[in-house]
Amino acid sequence: MIEVKDLSKSFGAVEVLRGINARFGKGKVNQVIGKSGSGKSVLAKCLVGLHPPTTGEVLYDGESFQGMDKERKKLLRQEIGMLFQSSALFDSLTVMENVLFPLRMFATMSESEMRDRAAFCLKRVNIEGANSKFPAEISGGMQKRVGIARAIAMNPKYLFVDEPNSGLDPQTSIVIDNLIQEITEEYNTTTIVITHDMNSVIGIGDEIFFIHNKQLWWQGSRDELVKSDNQELQEFIFAGSLMRQVRTAMGGR
Amino acid sequence: MTLLFHIGRYFMLLGEVFSKPERFRVYWRRTVEEMELLGVKSLGIVALLSLFMGAVIAIQTKTNIDSPLIPFYVVGFTVRQSTILEFSPTIISLILAGKVGSTIAAEIGSMRVREQIDALDIMGVNSAGYLILPKIIATAIINPFLIMISMFLSIFGGWMAGVLSGIISSSNYIAGVQWDFDPYIVTYALIKTVVFAVIIATVSGYQGYYTRGGTREVGISSTRAVVYSDVVILIANYLLTQLLLL
Ligand SMILES: Nc1ncnc2c1ncn2[C@@H]1O[C@H](COP(=O)(O)OP(=O)(O)OP(=O)(O)O)[C@@H](O)[C@H]1O
Ligand SMILES: [Mg+2]
Repeated sequence: MIEVKDLSKSFGAVEVLRGINARFGKGKVNQVIGKSGSGKSVLAKCLVGLHPPTTGEVLYDGESFQGMDKERKKLLRQEIGMLFQSSALFDSLTVMENVLFPLRMFATMSESEMRDRAAFCLKRVNIEGANSKFPAEISGGMQKRVGIARAIAMNPKYLFVDEPNSGLDPQTSIVIDNLIQEITEEYNTTTIVITHDMNSVIGIGDEIFFIHNKQLWWQGSRDELVKSDNQELQEFIFAGSLMRQVRTAMGGR
Repeated sequence: MTLLFHIGRYFMLLGEVFSKPERFRVYWRRTVEEMELLGVKSLGIVALLSLFMGAVIAIQTKTNIDSPLIPFYVVGFTVRQSTILEFSPTIISLILAGKVGSTIAAEIGSMRVREQIDALDIMGVNSAGYLILPKIIATAIINPFLIMISMFLSIFGGWMAGVLSGIISSSNYIAGVQWDFDPYIVTYALIKTVVFAVIIATVSGYQGYYTRGGTREVGISSTRAVVYSDVVILIANYLLTQLLLL
């Protein structure tokens, strides 16, 4: 479980997040939604310590990240898997080497076991036959999937995925959503998914966090989301017409 | 104030760079790759410059200070001294700062702006060490070889120019090269070279590592890497010359 207490973040004079309090449960797919530029990626980076929060703290299973020393942080980070919005694959390494990278750095297994593990992760994200290509030679959607494979290589306890579906076709999108859900259940990870994709929210979201106006504006389950009367939330989710149909079908206004 | 800030942050970065690597094997593999990328690939430009520089020094010496009062060995001697003392270790290092320094800053800078350094940090990898340490070790090992090759080729270039154009006899040139030779100057040159190599790798690594923004800033970092490496090399050259030769 990851807990956020009174977290604020400003860049210089520009305030991006204000007073966020939230609990991201273990074994659940926690989804963070919000408009473009609302601070979702910044929130994720504050959670993993890439941006120091201006105020507040982040607790990993009760332990304050801000209170940890450097060595402890490094150990914790070996339990974190993260897909960046930009994928952030190492472009001097092949697809295979990218997934092997965390294993080579930290895993205690033989070279062939590492290769098996990396191949297994790539297979789970439906990447086959591209193992020796470089990131520049594959599509953006494939890069995302390789990024996910790299994030899950070390069997993380905490999984962060920043917009896994952007740039993916609807079919692959569902495959990736299902994968995220499976991993979360299988390994009981604390999963935080940042997304714009309402299909994904309806598909796999256990708990939804809506960031609006720099704050955690609304929080609730999938069903509560659909029924919510919160004006800003409605405006956000019903911008896509499919959601309106779902709402009508479920007897909402 | 900002200068102090950069100096402070530079040394803090060095502290990170020299902390214990996660996996020696991974670091070593990277070092070998860097030796190829930063060293072997500079061989061509170093060879070309050195041959021509030696040739020009020989011709200049002969035509500018030739008189019956000047001994026969002056051309070879001058080429040797200027090559070993300054041309190869200092000027070639400045050239390498341009070539290698900009490569280092551009590579690390673009990794920074494309979140690849964040990706390293998030895995628990010491990103500064992983990216910069192999480059320091690679340049510190390979640059002395480049500089020795440069010394040889510069002196050889002087011989070619002098003898082929008929302005000096081969035996006189060689006698000049051997005249009053103190091997310490080679040691001095190699010490300088290693120091300059470390300066190039760390100053450029620093510029790349702290790049903020986008591709435009990567370009700026890359230029800064060359300028600051050059300035620091010149200052270090002055200090080392005082320290080692006086
Ligand atoms: N390193 C930074 N320095 C300054 N401002 C930043 C930085 N990173 C993000 N911001 C600002 O923070 C705000 C939120 O950015 P963020 O990337 O978190 O948005 P987002 O919700 O992830 O949007 P999107 O859905 O488009 O990815 C933006 O206004 C952005 O300009
Ligand atoms: Mg984002």
